[in-house]
Amino acid sequence: MKTVLTRFWSNYGMAGVLLLLCVYYSFATLQEQRPHGEAAAKSLAATVGKAIHTPATILIVAKNTDEDRQFADELERRLKSAGYEIPRKVLGDPRAARVALDELSTQGVKLAAIATTPDCATWAVFDGMASKYPALGDVPLQTPANYRWPTFLKSENLLNVANQIVVVAVIAVGMTMVIITGGIDLSVGSLIALSAVVTGVLIRDFAGAQSATPLGMALCCLAGIGISALIGAFSGLMVTFFKVPPFIATLGVMQVASGLAYIIAKGSSIYEIPDSFVWLGRGVGLLSVPNAVILMVIIFAIAHVLMSRTTLGRYIYAVGGNIEAARLSGVRVGAVLMFVYTVSGAMAGLGGVITASQLKSASPTYGLMYELYVIAAVVVGGTSLAGGEGRVLGTLIGAFIIAVIQNGMNLTGVESYTQKVVLGLVILGAVLLDMMKKRDWKSLFPFFRKRSPAPATEPVETKSNGIETAKAKV
Amino acid sequence: MIAPLADKPLLEMEGIEKSFPGVRAIKRGRLNLGRGEVLALLGENGAGKSTMIKVLAGAHMPDTGTIRLNGIPVRITSPHDALKLGIAVIYQEFNLVPALTARENIFLGRERTRAGFVSVRDEREEARQLLRRLRSNINPEAPCRSLSVAQQQLVEIAKALSRDAKILVMDEPSAALTSQEVESLFAIIRDLKTRGISVIYISHRLDEIFEIADRVTVMRDGQWIATVPIEDLTRDGLIELMVGRRIEQEFPKRQAEIGDVRLAIEDMARGSFVKGVTFSIRRGEVLGLTGLVGAGRTEVARMIFGADAADRGRVLLDGRQLDIHSPKDAIRHGICLLTEDRKAQGLVLGLTVRENFGLPNLPRLSRLSFVRHGQERLAFGQHVENLRIKISTQEQLARNLSGGNQQKVVLAKWLESNSEVIIIDEPTRGIDVGAKYEIYQLMNRLAATGKAILMISSELPEVLGMSDRILVMHEGRITGEITDVSHATQNQVMEFAAR
Repeated sequence: MKTVLTRFWSNYGMAGVLLLLCVYYSFATLQEQRPHGEAAAKSLAATVGKAIHTPATILIVAKNTDEDRQFADELERRLKSAGYEIPRKVLGDPRAARVALDELSTQGVKLAAIATTPDCATWAVFDGMASKYPALGDVPLQTPANYRWPTFLKSENLLNVANQIVVVAVIAVGMTMVIITGGIDLSVGSLIALSAVVTGVLIRDFAGAQSATPLGMALCCLAGIGISALIGAFSGLMVTFFKVPPFIATLGVMQVASGLAYIIAKGSSIYEIPDSFVWLGRGVGLLSVPNAVILMVIIFAIAHVLMSRTTLGRYIYAVGGNIEAARLSGVRVGAVLMFVYTVSGAMAGLGGVITASQLKSASPTYGLMYELYVIAAVVVGGTSLAGGEGRVLGTLIGAFIIAVIQNGMNLTGVESYTQKVVLGLVILGAVLLDMMKKRDWKSLFPFFRKRSPAPATEPVETKSNGIETAKAKV
Repeated sequence: MIAPLADKPLLEMEGIEKSFPGVRAIKRGRLNLGRGEVLALLGENGAGKSTMIKVLAGAHMPDTGTIRLNGIPVRITSPHDALKLGIAVIYQEFNLVPALTARENIFLGRERTRAGFVSVRDEREEARQLLRRLRSNINPEAPCRSLSVAQQQLVEIAKALSRDAKILVMDEPSAALTSQEVESLFAIIRDLKTRGISVIYISHRLDEIFEIADRVTVMRDGQWIATVPIEDLTRDGLIELMVGRRIEQEFPKRQAEIGDVRLAIEDMARGSFVKGVTFSIRRGEVLGLTGLVGAGRTEVARMIFGADAADRGRVLLDGRQLDIHSPKDAIRHGICLLTEDRKAQGLVLGLTVRENFGLPNLPRLSRLSFVRHGQERLAFGQHVENLRIKISTQEQLARNLSGGNQQKVVLAKWLESNSEVIIIDEPTRGIDVGAKYEIYQLMNRLAATGKAILMISSELPEVLGMSDRILVMHEGRITGEITDVSHATQNQVMEFAAR
C-alpha cells in the first residue's frame, strides 16, 4: 500500500498541487450566491413549505427570461404538488405584476405570499402592499435564500475551465509522447490554424456551406486532421530519415504550416459554417458535460493505456531513455519516432477542429503561441524535456493546473498583465518542484548544506611494518 | 595513530562519513597520502572510492570528518577550493570542452592575460612546455575532439600541472588506453613522483597496481579496510582484502564440448575499420577476440549484429546465409550483442530492470500488442533466480544497479530471447572482482548448453583464462589465431596485436 502511494506521488505529485490550488481558489472565491432557475425554485419551495401552511394562495412573479421561466415553471409545479393554490404566474415586467395584483385584488383573493426572485423583489410595485391592496391582506414576499458557495466550484465555472483546456490538453497528449522520446514539436500551433482552415474551406466550398450535412462536416474534419497528421509525419521523416534535430525540423514545419493556412484561407477568416457545427465545441452531452470534454477524456484514457500497457508505449519510453540501447534491443526506432510525430500532428489537427467548432469559424490566426502553452502543460505535468520519463495523466494535471490558475485569477480580479507574470513563475516553480522531487532538496540549495562538525576518530591498528588495518568490528 | 610513513603526511582524510538519501556511501572513510607517493585506492564497485574522491575534490560535502593538508585542517566546499589547494581530479569522463583547443582547455578558467586580453602567445608557449614535460607532441592548437583518448588524458594532466597541482587523483585512467599508452602513462606518473607530486590512482586492474603503486588503500562497503605497502601484498591477498573473502581462482575451469560450426563470418569489411575478416565459432565454444583498442573488434561485432552496415561480407548461421540489416533481424536469428558500454548502449537506465528485460522480448510477452505484465514478471523472475541477479524489486531502475548486476540483466534479456550466438564485448569492464567470477561462470554454463560465445576483451588474463581459442586483430585484420590456449602467454598475444 505504501509503495502504491509513493509511486502515485512520484508519478502524479502535481495532483497535490492541483488540489491545493482548487482549495485555495475555493476559499478565495467563497461568497454569497444567488440561486438561479430550477435550483432557486427548489430552495424557495422548501422555504415556502415551512413558512406557510396549506391551503394557501401564492402568486409567482418572475421576469420573462429563460432562467426565470425555468424558475417559475418549476416553482409552480412544486408548489401545486404541495397543495398550494397558484392563481397566477406572472412573467414579465413590474407593469405585468401590477396588472395581476389589481385583478386579484378586485377578485378578492387572499394572497398568503408572493414568491419571486430577489431581482423582482426590489420592484417598487411591491412597496407598501398593505396600503395599496388592502384586499389582498398583508402579503409577505418570499425569495429564494442566498447561500455561500465558492464561485470557483460552481458547476458552470468548472465546465468552463474544462472547456478552455480541451484544445491544449488534447494536443498535449501528442506532445507528451514526442517529448518522452526526447524530441519536441513546435509546429502544433500552426497545425491548429491549418486544420481549422482546411476544415472550414472544405465545408464552405464542397460540403455546401451553411447547409452542410453532419456527414459532410465530419468528412471535412477528418480531412483537416488527416492533413495535420501528414505534416506531423513529415516532421517525423525529417527527424528520423534526415536526422534533423527535432527543434529545427518542427520550427521549419511550423512556418510552412502557418503559411499554408494563410494561403488556403486566402488570408481571411471563414464564417460560412452551419450552426450545427458547434456540436463538438459547444454542445453538451451526458450529464451536461460538454462533448469536447468527453472527447478529451476518451483520448487521455486511450493514450494512458497505450503508454502504460502496450509494447509501443514501452518502446516510446525506451527510445527517449536511450535511443542506442533501444535500437540494439531490436526496437524499430524510426517507426516509433514516426508514430509519435504523426500522432502529435493528428492531435494538433483535432485541436484545430475543436477550436473551429468552438468559434464556429476558421481563421489562419488560430493557435498562435499554442505550442508554448502545450509544452508548458507537459512540463508542469512532470515530463522531462530530456526524454525517457513522463506520464500522460501528469500532462492532464499540468493542463488543469495552468487553466485553474488562469481561471482563479480571472475570478479574483487579477489583471491580465499580472496573470502573465504569475503564469510564467508557476511554470518555473513546477519545474523546480519536479527537480526537487527527483533529487534532494539540499542539492538545489547548496547554502543549506550541513557544515561538517568535529572529526570523528576511529580505531586504527598500526603495525610496525607500516600496514594499517581497521580493527575488527563486531 | 598516524601512519609512520612521513613526519607529516601531505594529505590526511579522517572519519569521513557521507550519506545520500537512502544510501550511506561512506561510513568510515580514511586516507593518507605522502609527498611524491602513488597511492592506489582500491575496492569493489560501490565500496565508496568515488565518493571519497568527490569529497576530496569538493564535489560532495562530507557529513562529518576532517581533511588535513600538511597537518592543517582545511575545508573543501567546492571544486574551486580543491583546485586552490592543489588538488586536481581527472575523472573517467574527462572535463574537456571538445570544441576548444588543447591550449584553451588547459587554461580554461585561468587564462593567461596581458592587459586584460588573453595572450595566446604566452599560453601557447606554456602549453608547449607543459606538454613537453609530459613527453608529448600534441599540437596545442588542435581541438580536443580531434585528439585520441590518451592525448586527451595528457591534456587533462597538463591542465592540472598548469594549476600547480600537488595531488593528482586519477579515476580509472587506464580504462580506455591501449597497453602501450598505459606504459607511457606510467612513465609520466613516475616522472611526476620525482617532482614531489602525489598521485591517488584508482583502478580495477590489479597488474597495474602492482606496477605503479607504492601503497594500497582498500575500501569495502563504504569503510576503510586497510592501507598496506605494495611490497607486503600478493595478488590473492589484495583480492581477499577487497572482496572480504577468499577467491580460489580467477577463472572458473570447465570441460568444453565443442561441436559443429555455428556462426561463420566471411570476408566482412567496413571502411578503414575492418578490412576483410573471416572466422567461425563452434557450438559450445568461447572464442576470444582481442587486440588493441581500435583494432576493429567492436566494429566486427556490431556488423554481425546488424547495428552497423557492412560494406561486404557474409554471415552464416548453421551454414545458412543470413540477411541482417538491423539488430531486429539479428535478434530474430538468435544472435545477440552485449555491448561494452552497458550504460550508453546496453540499458535504458531510466526504465526499470523488468522493462529493460522485456524490451527485445515484447513480441512474445504481449498479446495484441498489449504487454502481459504478469508473464513478463514471471519470465524475468526465473532469470533473476537463475543468474542470481541482486535486485530489491523488479521495479528497480536499471540506473541503480551495480555493474555486475546490470550485466546480468542484459544477459537475462538475451537469454529470454533464445539467443544461440552470444557476442559479449568486454564482459567484465567496470565489474568488480567478486562479480567477475560469476559472469565467467555464467559464460561457461551457457557454452556448456551448446551456445556459441564470441568474447571480445582487452584484458589479456581474461582472454587467456576464458577462451577455447583466441583470435587477435590488428588494424582491421585478423593477425593471429591461438588454438592451444592453455600454453599461450600474454606476450604471444601481444606480438600478434602490436605487430
